[in-house]
Amino acid sequence: MKNHVQWESSLFELIRRTSVDLPCDIEQGLRRACKTEKKASRARWILETLLENVQKARDKDAPLCQDTGSLIFYFQVPVGFDTNALVSATRLAVARATRLGYLRQNTIDSVSGAACATNVAYGAPTFYFEQCARGTVDVRLLMKGGGCENVGKQYSLPDESLGAGRDLEGVRRCVLDAVISAQGNGCAPGILGVCIGGDRATGYECSKSQFLRKLDDKSSVKILARLEDRLLKESKALEIGPMGLGGNAALLGIKIGSMSRVPASFFVTVSYMCWAFRRRGAVLTVRGGFKKWLY
Amino acid sequence: MALLKPRRLEYPFTQEQVGSLRAGQFVLVSGLVYTARDRIHKFFFEGGKSPVDLKNAALYHCGPVVIRKDSDWVVRAAGPTTSIREEPYLPRIIKDHGVRVIIGKGSMGKVTEGACKAGGCVYLHAVGGAAQVLAEKVVSVKGLYFGEEFGLAEAMWVLELKDFPAIVAIDSKGHNLLRRIKSASLGIGRKLMKSSDPFIP
Repeated sequence: MKNHVQWESSLFELIRRTSVDLPCDIEQGLRRACKTEKKASRARWILETLLENVQKARDKDAPLCQDTGSLIFYFQVPVGFDTNALVSATRLAVARATRLGYLRQNTIDSVSGAACATNVAYGAPTFYFEQCARGTVDVRLLMKGGGCENVGKQYSLPDESLGAGRDLEGVRRCVLDAVISAQGNGCAPGILGVCIGGDRATGYECSKSQFLRKLDDKSSVKILARLEDRLLKESKALEIGPMGLGGNAALLGIKIGSMSRVPASFFVTVSYMCWAFRRRGAVLTVRGGFKKWLY
Repeated sequence: MALLKPRRLEYPFTQEQVGSLRAGQFVLVSGLVYTARDRIHKFFFEGGKSPVDLKNAALYHCGPVVIRKDSDWVVRAAGPTTSIREEPYLPRIIKDHGVRVIIGKGSMGKVTEGACKAGGCVYLHAVGGAAQVLAEKVVSVKGLYFGEEFGLAEAMWVLELKDFPAIVAIDSKGHNLLRRIKSASLGIGRKLMKSSDPFIP
């Protein structure tokens, strides 16, 4: 690939910024949540601490959270673009970001237990590619910590224990259950990504891709937008609050998407992303030059 | 903030200091703490020897981002990791080593409640993800053990803290703040599911 250095440098900047600089929509969400909690309450103290943390990470150019997570890259490239070269430039950028302390040594060999010094290994980072009929490259990055990854859940409807049938009321019950069982773990107030349908694997993929949506957007499918609204209200009523230590703000948002399914399967998949919602993106030229930020 | 008037805890953490704490209280921790997470808990549980005396000490569930600058270690980010993964190991570790304080994050269950009660120990909940605010409470890095064997994130770092903020989540009587909140939310959740107002398109 030509301009390999340019690509590495742009991707490094994307990683650095994702690690240290919480997106504006999420910070606004935290501020709004803070106002809803009582003064001198634990919930308010936690949210104030989180906001202080956001500012410090930015000022000190240091990771928002020490768990710099799994790195998931979503690329949209022009038709015929050389994605292999993009993978190798990204790996170089990840290794450099690790060396400079923007990423923790966070990749473990699952068989030997050995820690990887560069965060570049089989399955790390993760890549998705899509070809688009335009002349620029869009790249989005999610850095998803392990604490919130561990509280993700997949339901298969009907679910008798929840009284959840194969309809949107059943989906609502699954999501409520996911919020209740995630509490105290996963670092609330987080955001839920939900996928209705798909299979065991694509359900999780689709639920995670919901995190690429902006916090204040609404589903373009009216009925799903209504379900998102209702569930967010109900999550407040559960009195779980930040970190599960009581209060209103168990969640900042709920994003629901859907995929087709086969007649025999009806999965509802819920992914949880913590308040340290590290998601950034950029439009780059085909030479890897920076054009603009997406978030 | 009246509610959040802090209690101060200082290493070594004596039975008297820890015994008077109650679930829900706000504390500021100062002095030495030892980081320990998944690998070290399993190692101690299986009878591995601690390189330091953990009597009246605190284990901090934390895997910091630390980089080498000249001859010093510099903490770039450090906050709590999820503690529930260590629950199966804790009773034995608290008993064998005389650990007095556990610092971490997230809900813990009956096993930890029992271990805290039996060992006169408390579980303190720090703010998850607040790696910069909490890294500033680390005054200095006093030592490193198991760095080679377990990797830098899983190693035992000896950290000196100053006014590290946390909430008492389980006290030495076994009262569990998060469990109380969870059982209340379960009740509310059941009502919401029974609601006569199902979601209909």
